[in-house]
Amino acid sequence: MATIALQQQKIEYVSPSRQRVMGILFILLGAATWFFFSRGTGADIQTKFVMTPGGSTATLPDIILPALATVNVLAVLCVILGIIQLVKPRGFGRYTNWILTAVVGMFILAFLTWAASGKSLNLAGLLNTTLLKAVPLTLGALSGVLCERAGVVNIAIEGMMLMGAMVAALVGTISGSLWIGLIAAIASAAVLGLVHGVLSIRYKTDQIVSGTAINIFSTGMTSYISAKFMQVNQIELNNPGVFQPIEIPVLSSIPFFGPILFKQNIFFYAMFIFLALLTFGLYYTRWGLRLRSVGEHPRAADTLGINVFRTRYIAVLLGSMMAGVGGAYFTIGSVGGFDEVMTAGRGFISLAAMIFGNWNPFGAFGAGALFGFADSLASRFAILGVKIPSEFLLMTPYLVTMIVLAGVVGRSRMPAADGTPYVKEGG
Amino acid sequence: MTEEQPKPEESPPKKDAAKILIEEITGEGPRAKPRRRGVLGSLLVPMLAIFTGLVLGGVFIILTTPAVYAAFGVSIWEGIKAAWSSVWVAYSALFTGAFGSPSAIIAALGSGDMTAIRQAFYPFFESLVATTPYIFGGLALALGFRVGVFNIGAEGQVFMGAIVATFVGYALKGLPMIIHLPLAFLAGGLGGAVWGFIPGILKAKTGAHEVINTIMLNYVAFRLSEWLLNGPMQRPDSFNPVSPFILDSAKLPRFFGEPIRFHLGFFIALFMAWLVYWLLWRTKWGFSLRMVGANPHAARYAGVSVTVGIVVGMTLAGALAGMAGGNEVLGVSHSLAMAFSSGYGFDSIAIALLGNSHPVGVVLAALLFGALRNGATAMQLAAGIPIDIISIVQAMILVFIAAPAIIRTIYRLRPAAGGEEGVVVASWGGK
Repeated sequence: MATIALQQQKIEYVSPSRQRVMGILFILLGAATWFFFSRGTGADIQTKFVMTPGGSTATLPDIILPALATVNVLAVLCVILGIIQLVKPRGFGRYTNWILTAVVGMFILAFLTWAASGKSLNLAGLLNTTLLKAVPLTLGALSGVLCERAGVVNIAIEGMMLMGAMVAALVGTISGSLWIGLIAAIASAAVLGLVHGVLSIRYKTDQIVSGTAINIFSTGMTSYISAKFMQVNQIELNNPGVFQPIEIPVLSSIPFFGPILFKQNIFFYAMFIFLALLTFGLYYTRWGLRLRSVGEHPRAADTLGINVFRTRYIAVLLGSMMAGVGGAYFTIGSVGGFDEVMTAGRGFISLAAMIFGNWNPFGAFGAGALFGFADSLASRFAILGVKIPSEFLLMTPYLVTMIVLAGVVGRSRMPAADGTPYVKEGG
Repeated sequence: MTEEQPKPEESPPKKDAAKILIEEITGEGPRAKPRRRGVLGSLLVPMLAIFTGLVLGGVFIILTTPAVYAAFGVSIWEGIKAAWSSVWVAYSALFTGAFGSPSAIIAALGSGDMTAIRQAFYPFFESLVATTPYIFGGLALALGFRVGVFNIGAEGQVFMGAIVATFVGYALKGLPMIIHLPLAFLAGGLGGAVWGFIPGILKAKTGAHEVINTIMLNYVAFRLSEWLLNGPMQRPDSFNPVSPFILDSAKLPRFFGEPIRFHLGFFIALFMAWLVYWLLWRTKWGFSLRMVGANPHAARYAGVSVTVGIVVGMTLAGALAGMAGGNEVLGVSHSLAMAFSSGYGFDSIAIALLGNSHPVGVVLAALLFGALRNGATAMQLAAGIPIDIISIVQAMILVFIAAPAIIRTIYRLRPAAGGEEGVVVASWGGK
């Protein structure tokens, strides 16, 4: 690679207040673990984690843990890490975020142990649904990353997804081919992207207004078509079927991970392919460097001879196409039919995932997986008989995003020129 | 468009420094010029935007009517006739749905039967009922824009307002109406105000962008209402997620007998519009709020606290949106259900922009949207056109308002004096 990858410099300096906040947070999570999960648990209750996904031939023995001991050990570990963070000069320094991840992970594990105490929880199934729910979120978030890295806010992910979902179902049914449905979904989202691009790049409309208009339009358009045609004639217009899982030989027979990672449909693989492509494209190619420079300082990029407008158009088009794929997942990737407003705000969660992931493809995937986890866990609450209403768990992605955005846990930084239309000098 | 041309002697050749400074601070400078075009001139672009939106909606109706294609198969003339009749049927149903049918009104007045008269005027008043939450919501957005915040989360604030107003409406028993009704209504405002305060303080203190935070809070509010309606606030004898009915003492009084639902909320909305105008344009305090929105740097230089301005702006905007929710519960539905809001918060964005973030403009735009929304319900029944056509038309109007250059290109209007007026919006990067 001739181009030097301009990785973002990790800030090594950890401010004293952040160090303290983190330390206190770790201790609080430890205390919460003890307070909520340990007290009510009897001494001899066991938790069984099933490690074999449903329908898998390769089996792994179930893990059986003593609930109380596990929860207590996890709580103590959290508190110890918190004390180290507070006492040690500069705490864990640059590793603070990793420790934070570990502490949150332990908290979640303690929570699962408590929630499933005396019962069994299929951990493999949980991971499977988590990743499946993460697919549209990640694709949407990647769409956002692509657009916003070039300096165009894409609040219209929701609308593009909705349009993609509707078109995929409609065209997929009429043509009888899922692939044509998918291509049509991508094309329809691209048209919306083009509108967003023309409005915000050429006419310099406020990008949030333009995105909102696209969202309103898509909601109206898809519901209109659905109410007038698709719901009336479900069999001939809204019956596309779904992409079947493709089993990758050898790899899919690995216990635990095999069926989860290597026996899925194309959307699942597409997510990882796009993730790799976008990471490579953004950070290791000339194209990516240019795109990011347009998002950070368009004037400087223009001076160097980069076509700011063209770069932004391409980013918005590619981004909207990705949102279209994410939308198609809802119909021809999972349910096999379109319902009005079926994305149910997932485009906005994608936006949150993008921010949570710090405008970074892998971060976006991580956040998408985390939000997917909250979603899939919430649906299991009723089965496990957990006392906490699942609505509160479903709120957490939004609340966590707000906390992250406020800079309490970590600072996410948006591209400098994000949302600002570029006006050529003298133009 | 002769009135658009500024007379030569009117263009100020020189300005003294103080005048420039004042213009710089208030942001009134460039906008002062188009005002000279008169009312007609400043209404031209919005009117054309609405007209174009309706025309495109008609085109969309034609394109999605199978009968038109069949008629074009017969002959071009038949096709044109079918296309015209499909639009005519739809839009005349929209009109009579929004304002009542003139012949029915005349017949009812002639008969002198009160029930028939009420029946005939029902669509018109129902449009006003639909307008009322739009006025509150549009004001919420408009006030936000003037203070420099984009309150995209009015939807969540509407929900919170509705939740709190409902709770006060059914849980406080034994109060006389004179206390209970204002209390419930203000409680709605308070619920929204809290939901506006949170993103406001987060923006002012940490710089976290209010667009993201309000969107996040939208979903928190939805989930919260979902939980409340399935748990603590569920109607005792019901298995559905609905709240108990509010008490009679908390209901906004209606002016006419059944079936007309026209209620006091409409006049409260008009009063709030006046209040917002008075506050922002007639008080020193409001002036400093607008200063924060127009130019935060100048405001800070002049000793106005931007932090306070943003927090106050978001809180007031939230309160107005909350009143929209409270108004709907206390005036129309009398209880809270899950799919309670039909996107008031998002429609309000279009209303505020269409009304150029001015209370008078907001009221006019809300009347239009209320009539459209109400008429569309009738259109769905009469012409079989799904109500969602209205969203399509609204989106088009929003696009044309936000990008007036498109309208000017279509109708070959000359560019506005003093640059493109655009709309007052606090944008993403505009921190």
